[in-house]
Amino acid sequence: MRNKITDNNMKLEFISKSNNEAFARISVAAFVSQLDPTIEELSDIKTAVSEAVTNSIVHGYEEKQGIVTIICKIHENEIFIQVSDNGKGIENIEMAKQPLYTTKPNLERSGMGFTIMESFMDELNIESILGIGTKVTMRKKIKQTEDDEDIPVTLEEALRG
Amino acid sequence: MQMNYYEKDKLLIFKIMEEIDEFSVKELRRKADYEIERFMPREVIFDFDCVTFMDSAGIGMIIGRYKQVGIIGGVTEVANLSNSVKRIFRMSGMLKIIPEIDLKERLKDIESKENSKEVINL
Repeated sequence: MRNKITDNNMKLEFISKSNNEAFARISVAAFVSQLDPTIEELSDIKTAVSEAVTNSIVHGYEEKQGIVTIICKIHENEIFIQVSDNGKGIENIEMAKQPLYTTKPNLERSGMGFTIMESFMDELNIESILGIGTKVTMRKKIKQTEDDEDIPVTLEEALRG
Repeated sequence: MQMNYYEKDKLLIFKIMEEIDEFSVKELRRKADYEIERFMPREVIFDFDCVTFMDSAGIGMIIGRYKQVGIIGGVTEVANLSNSVKRIFRMSGMLKIIPEIDLKERLKDIESKENSKEVINL
């Protein structure tokens, strides 16, 4: 029988290099996996994390090196993810959230980052102060399946349990 | 190996072999542009069969190549999109200008044409 995880949290810090993006989303996915999410839920979370981390690296720090921090919290069957940087901040959050809006169109940016975060997660909150940094907080409920809770998968497991 | 390609009669197929994000698109973009310039294709197909992850960097990368191919008068298409990749492309409205095609059918067509050519040659 699986133990129910109620509360847990973790913190991740890495420098603003885009080759850390895969590391960031895979680490978050590994942490979230204790909630037993579906493949689709996990894919949504990985995409949202990737978008937030890209924003910090590309827009927050631009070419400069800085620290990106990710804090994850599990509360019951919900995951909270906060991605923050000490970069240049967002001038107009409402505008930045508009689909297809980008401040860097010449670099083949799609302007879909916040739109994807918003639609792949249940809730998105952006706090930003110019010259200080940006903090993106996301929340998603993992819909746990009840069927496999107490039923051992195999006979072997049943005997062991 | 990030991306394989196949070229025949001005049809260029790219098979992307890795996760697509801000980091990996730089190399994918460079490699695709190099082959497009070299072959001057009339049709380019991006095969996503082996793509297990993609974020919005993929949208920019594909639209950018669509523009490159458009300059030389070619069309761009995508194939074998997973549900999550399709969702991201749909959100951007990109599939209206870069349609998803059935690559298996397309390759079958090419094969059957080749066979008929051989028959004619005989």
